[in-house]
Amino acid sequence: MRKIKVGIVQYGAGNQASVINALEQIGAITMPVNVATDIDKVDKLIIPGVGHAGKAMAALRQTGLDSAICKSKIPLLGVCLGMQLLGRSSSEGNITCLEIADYDTVKFNVTLKVPHIGWNQVRLRENPLFHAIPDNEWFYFVHSYYIPNSKYSIAKCTYEVEFTAAVQLANFWGVQFHPEKSGKTGLRVLKNFIELCK
Amino acid sequence: MLAKRIIPCLDVKNGRTVKGVNFDNLVDAGDPVELAARYYADGADELVLLDISATIEGRETFIEIVRSVAKTIAIPFTVGGGISSTEQAEKLIKAGADKVSINTAAIQEPRLIGELAEEFGSQCVVVAIDTMLTKKGWEVVSHAGTKPTGIMTVPWARTCELLGAGEILLTSHTSDGTREGYAIDITRKVSQTLRIPVIASGGAGQPAHFAEVLSKGMADAALAAGVFHYGLFSIAHVKEYLRKQNIAVRY
Repeated sequence: MRKIKVGIVQYGAGNQASVINALEQIGAITMPVNVATDIDKVDKLIIPGVGHAGKAMAALRQTGLDSAICKSKIPLLGVCLGMQLLGRSSSEGNITCLEIADYDTVKFNVTLKVPHIGWNQVRLRENPLFHAIPDNEWFYFVHSYYIPNSKYSIAKCTYEVEFTAAVQLANFWGVQFHPEKSGKTGLRVLKNFIELCK
Repeated sequence: MLAKRIIPCLDVKNGRTVKGVNFDNLVDAGDPVELAARYYADGADELVLLDISATIEGRETFIEIVRSVAKTIAIPFTVGGGISSTEQAEKLIKAGADKVSINTAAIQEPRLIGELAEEFGSQCVVVAIDTMLTKKGWEVVSHAGTKPTGIMTVPWARTCELLGAGEILLTSHTSDGTREGYAIDITRKVSQTLRIPVIASGGAGQPAHFAEVLSKGMADAALAAGVFHYGLFSIAHVKEYLRKQNIAVRY
């Protein structure tokens, strides 16, 4: 069987070793996506999730990947910051994001410790991304900003406030947690993503 | 609700896992990559790998082990041991570590904490504090627990937080290796004072010790080494016990 090639969107920041390692563990191969034409060479796209929203958007605009991502018709998964970038705006740097969906990213204003770091339970809606994963499974989170619930939410989590743990809009998926760090359950999410629209 | 984390720790010397009592009398505890795979399968919430080699060859071997472990597991992965610059940290992060842990270098050069946080984000920076009950109280000790520093633990932990640490790994040198339980009072004091997570370490001997430090000690996570390496009980067993005590864990 041909291996699925996953493009990792580059935006000049973040540690990508974990996401690459996780994808290799489930039998996919990865390729860095630096410019728009790289998108034609891959089956799926992942926007990995470590870094600063403002810096990430600036880098994507500079390489022209911003508009190329918006026009892309292949399945895309935004992880953590990657999911936040799919929305309209982020209060991290007060910036406009890719505007694929019209949600906004805001900072946690809670009495609990911020960032929200650790394993938390997620309430899942039925979605191909969650195939064979039971409801209320545990996923690993590391974030200070979140997306409130909206019509795009396909999973929810609670950290004093209820927030969006995953979204879908057409060929764009996003997860606030880190599937690459969420053990076997997280790898299952990545595997489901790899198998989408095959 | 956030789960309390159970974190196995591997001390690695020249490519092998080792374990000692009170940091001394090291004995072989197996291949680190195999152990990491076993703990991952057994439900570890995170893994810590500390390099205690004092040689250049040992450090090179360590980076290779970090690379192999990162390819084997899919949980948060912290590495440490002798890190004293952002360049060293970057090598380990590129090899697949998610977080780096610094100890003696943070005491000698506190601004390193801020530099690492600026470069990689606070979520990436764990400051390890070795503490020991001396005449002065809970005093910070450096150089793998051999040198008292005169610095007191709670204010030092607070300083680390202000400088940009994302987590504190608090090891009681007084209880480490004794299997008589974690140092509850100092763990609780540090946890109460800080807004960042505290990982308790040193002294685990039975599942009840984990429950005690995660409830009374208010720790966010509990780290252990010897009890897991020697199979006194498994991570799954600890979690089962914690669940029965109504402590939230991932299972």
